[in-house]
Amino acid sequence: MIAAGHYGYWITVVLMVTGLYIVIARCNLVKKMVGLSIFQTSVYLLYIAPGKLVGGTAPIIAEGFRLYSNPLPHVLILTAIVVGVATLALGLAIVVRIREAYGSIEEDEILESDRARGDGGGDGA
Amino acid sequence: MTFAQLPALEVVVPLVAAPLTLLLRRATPAWAIATAACAFSFVAALLLAADVAARGPISYALGSWAPPWGIEYRVDALSAFVLVLVSGIAAAVAPFAWKSVAAELPRDQAYLFYTMYCLCVAGLLGMTITGDAFNLFVFMEIASLSSYVLIALGRDRRALLASYQYLILGTIGATFFVIGVGLLYLMTGTLNLADMAARLPQVHGARPVLAALAFITVGVSLKLALFPLHLWLPNAYTYAPSAVTAFLAATATKVSVYVLLRFYFSVFGPRLVVEELPMPEILLALSIIAIVTASLVALWQADLKRLFAYSSVAQIGYITLGISMASRDGLTAAIVHLFNHGVTKGALFLLVGGIALRAGRAGFDRVRGLARAMPLTSMGIVIAGLSLIGVPGTAGFISKWYLVLGAIEAGRWWLAALVVATSLIAVAYVWRFVESAYLSAPAAATPKPGEPPALMLVPAWLLVAACVWFGLETSFTVEGARRAAALLLGAAP
Repeated sequence: MIAAGHYGYWITVVLMVTGLYIVIARCNLVKKMVGLSIFQTSVYLLYIAPGKLVGGTAPIIAEGFRLYSNPLPHVLILTAIVVGVATLALGLAIVVRIREAYGSIEEDEILESDRARGDGGGDGA
Repeated sequence: MTFAQLPALEVVVPLVAAPLTLLLRRATPAWAIATAACAFSFVAALLLAADVAARGPISYALGSWAPPWGIEYRVDALSAFVLVLVSGIAAAVAPFAWKSVAAELPRDQAYLFYTMYCLCVAGLLGMTITGDAFNLFVFMEIASLSSYVLIALGRDRRALLASYQYLILGTIGATFFVIGVGLLYLMTGTLNLADMAARLPQVHGARPVLAALAFITVGVSLKLALFPLHLWLPNAYTYAPSAVTAFLAATATKVSVYVLLRFYFSVFGPRLVVEELPMPEILLALSIIAIVTASLVALWQADLKRLFAYSSVAQIGYITLGISMASRDGLTAAIVHLFNHGVTKGALFLLVGGIALRAGRAGFDRVRGLARAMPLTSMGIVIAGLSLIGVPGTAGFISKWYLVLGAIEAGRWWLAALVVATSLIAVAYVWRFVESAYLSAPAAATPKPGEPPALMLVPAWLLVAACVWFGLETSFTVEGARRAAALLLGAAP
């Protein structure tokens, strides 16, 4: 019962691990950004889900309002969504530039192309 | 009195300067505004530090919403100390940036550099000054997003890949941090750091609190490039524009160290972190690996920027080594080294930026015989290098001294010996520069020999002078760090 009652957390955990796995396992730079987005989205859920009470209303001090949901997590996550969008936009912009510079968005091909050129820009690795 | 508004102005001035530079669309006025904003922040930070030293911590309620409901800006001995470092380096790098950015960036993009630079400064200062956990996350992302852009501005196409990798790892780090903050919020119902610290003992040892500690540790460690999580750093520092490398190397990782200190000692408290969990042992092991391996890797680098980037990973190891001791001397060493290493690395990367400007890039092949063409730059690198090694009379010596004291106090003689022994590796990589610049014949075709312009050389030499100054006159650094260490340990519940 307890495990089922916490399904919001289970969804959060599954999304979190899925996103992180995509970031690590995929070579495609755009797919990595997708994974990163899923990973960040799971955090929105982590904040919002516990803020909601079943039957809770907005915190209004008046007759008939007894059970309040916490509005603060929603506000925090609005900010976090903005951050997430900015990160995604910037990440994709960098991917576009990488495509222009390397002609590929596959990580292994890009690293290979750098190694093949080996223009001695001080890369000792 | 406007002085009462200084904590807010400290962050707001560079934050407002950013859109102004964007609107101007011309490099020179944008540069002037950015420089003025950084100089203002530096003066404000000095005034705040003096005020804190005289009258104790300052609490500033943003929008007059009293904490813990509103966002609190809190300046105490530790944050004032870090504010001075960050704004000081920002004020030194800004004048340097003019010629350096003009040389390394396309003309039409130069003004955007200053927009991002101001945002990054505002973000880092905000991270330091805020007393609110979620606000800290937002500032962390402001600083991070702008630093990804700054790194991507590098001329080499590999700068793009370095920036992308940093973006992925940095975002994972920041998200881990915000997960930890979320768990803490669930357990305590507050986001104000001081309020959180007061409420955490009620839920002492609960599993979500431990999970929060783990998430915050890993998240912040990614940002501060603790040993196994440092992989983004060498490429980012190598391919970023010179001014960016100097600024980020001297400040970004240091502010993350500050966040770690803040959460370990002010929020979770030494009782949980140091006594009940094996955090000191973990930090100790990772720090030692960082110091030894990164110093050794630095030895083999063919490029000065990359060499000093790996040396940064090693030096961060010294800082976390101090934290792992969790004693008064250990923390003092960590905080002093945070400052001294910031100044030293700032000086080194500014001077290397001068070489990159004159010689095209800072590979060792271009450095050969450089001492004749660029005597001031070479001498500056040697002096700052001595500080990196920790030679008496330089800032680096002071931090190593307290590190050794802390190790001996803890009865770990082997650790003291290790600190001294690993400094010898630093001698070796600084010697590589000396050998190349002073003892080798100049390369056949060194393009544009001669010192970099005064606007680049003077800020660099000011930081070099600071390396020596803080090695002789330690009243600001050591006293400041001692007060900060006492604050961190005394705040224990």
